[in-house]
Amino acid sequence: MVKSRSFSFSKVMLVLGLLFLYLPMFVLIVYSFNASRLVSVWAGFSTQWYGELFRDEQILSAVWMSLRIAFYSASMAVCLGTLCAFVITRFKKMRGRTLLSSMITAPLVMPEVITGLSLLLLFVQMAQTIGWPVDRGMATIWIAHTTFCSAYVAVVVSARLQEVDRSIEEAAMDLGCTPLKTFFVITLPVIAPALVSGWLLAFTLSLDDLVIASFVSGPGATTLPMVVFSSVRMGVSPKINALATLIILAVSLIAFIAWFLMRRAERRRLQTPDA
Amino acid sequence: MRRKLLPTPLTERVRAVLFNRRVVFGIPFLWLLLFFLLPFALVLKISLTSAVMAIPPYEPVFRWLDNTLSVVVNIGNYLFLLSDSLYFAAYWGSVKTAFLATVVCLLIGYPMAYAMARAPKHWQLVLLLMVMLPSWTSFLIRVYAWMGILGNQGLLNSFLMWLGLIDQPLKMLNTNFAVVLGIVYAYLPFMVLPIYTNLVKLDVRLLEAASDLGCRSLTTFWAITLPLSKAGILAGSMLVFIPAVGEFVIPELLGGPDTLMIGKVLWEEFFNNRDWPVASALAIVMLLLLLVPIVLFHRFQAREMEKHG
Repeated sequence: MVKSRSFSFSKVMLVLGLLFLYLPMFVLIVYSFNASRLVSVWAGFSTQWYGELFRDEQILSAVWMSLRIAFYSASMAVCLGTLCAFVITRFKKMRGRTLLSSMITAPLVMPEVITGLSLLLLFVQMAQTIGWPVDRGMATIWIAHTTFCSAYVAVVVSARLQEVDRSIEEAAMDLGCTPLKTFFVITLPVIAPALVSGWLLAFTLSLDDLVIASFVSGPGATTLPMVVFSSVRMGVSPKINALATLIILAVSLIAFIAWFLMRRAERRRLQTPDA
Repeated sequence: MRRKLLPTPLTERVRAVLFNRRVVFGIPFLWLLLFFLLPFALVLKISLTSAVMAIPPYEPVFRWLDNTLSVVVNIGNYLFLLSDSLYFAAYWGSVKTAFLATVVCLLIGYPMAYAMARAPKHWQLVLLLMVMLPSWTSFLIRVYAWMGILGNQGLLNSFLMWLGLIDQPLKMLNTNFAVVLGIVYAYLPFMVLPIYTNLVKLDVRLLEAASDLGCRSLTTFWAITLPLSKAGILAGSMLVFIPAVGEFVIPELLGGPDTLMIGKVLWEEFFNNRDWPVASALAIVMLLLLLVPIVLFHRFQAREMEKHG
């Protein structure tokens, strides 16, 4: 048996690594309640920055804009990403499959400045050639986000598709189900957890993107990261600390719920003997 | 009798599958062709034009003159990149910084992934979520957090001065050190995750066999664990290195005036100088520079997505 010692180098590194990941965020949370504007001075507990945050019209409308774009992008990305995952895992001999799989994995590592620039040039060219889009804004950001989020969805969904028991699908088709019906009745429920996590991942990716949105956006559409960036460029701002705290809390809450659901599903699977 | 069991004739079912397959394949294929591949062709095209004061600010490549198609190609932008040492320095700075950050990420991330893969099963999910969680919050805000920590009147300097280790604040913010730190911080989860996925699949019996045959744990690690986790290390390194080369936010917020990184230079060429052709040429050269790592990553990712579990 390979013994795992109670104090090994790797365990110490894990603890230190997690501290490294969480301490800066913890600092942000603490300082969002600081009455003073300065980072170095603690002037007592205060929630005034939260009040100012909720009175800031610009930030609020940017939040709303970002949430809408993220919702539409994540939904579209789940559709496209799932189709891609199907082609890659199932259609082994399809012509053009290699090209598709290259195009879907490339955005995972493509530097954002390149993606942003290339899409902007496309939109400019399109406006010249076919007269659309007249104004860059929500629609162009939606297209850009959908494209790069699909890549992440495809990875998540194809991992799940590999685990699906093909014999059940084949049984359904032998019994006369059309492929479409088989997909909706058999495959979809099995891969549903992957679709949900893919959607959530795409949603956070879209909410978070600054660089691509800055390239493809027009004067009408300002997303939250753009507002945060222009404010942060000037230096530390307590209002942004308050915003950061709210974001961290929201994400933690969703992660906690996800963990709880996954644990429950795991336990239920262990309880059914024939699973 | 058998024909009655099948609700539809076999040929029709085959045709239905084919039709569906074409649609399933066609929709994402066309989308990516239009919104991923075509844009790169446009970047290449515009990198070969010259900038003009117009909307859009570049000259057309193809023009109809007296019923003949004239093609005007201008490689001046590339020559310009060669002539100004700023661009070379920026590429070199990006590669150097990204490489350094990748190595540091690997040195921190590998032991973390190793400990996670060896942890009890019920702990693994929690640890995994804990490593992933920061990357689901805002990237921008996590980089911004370091501005408050590293600044001259920041937390770290105040702490060190309080300890009496230094008399006056160390300049940490707006240095290359801060940029490397920021990249390591922002990209660490992307290093840990693929290595963990790889290590958790490692056949424990191999390690047991090695230890039964008298291998010491460190030797086992070098001879078995490390070579078998090569794919995870490669994927993690590419996930950190490639985006880090083109990083804009981190050098902009944490870097100083002497921080030269190509993502930032490209951004300034585009937004401040409005020189779209030069920005495009910069993007093309960056892409060529990253071609080998991107192909390496793609081969790994394609294997991961295709194999059956």
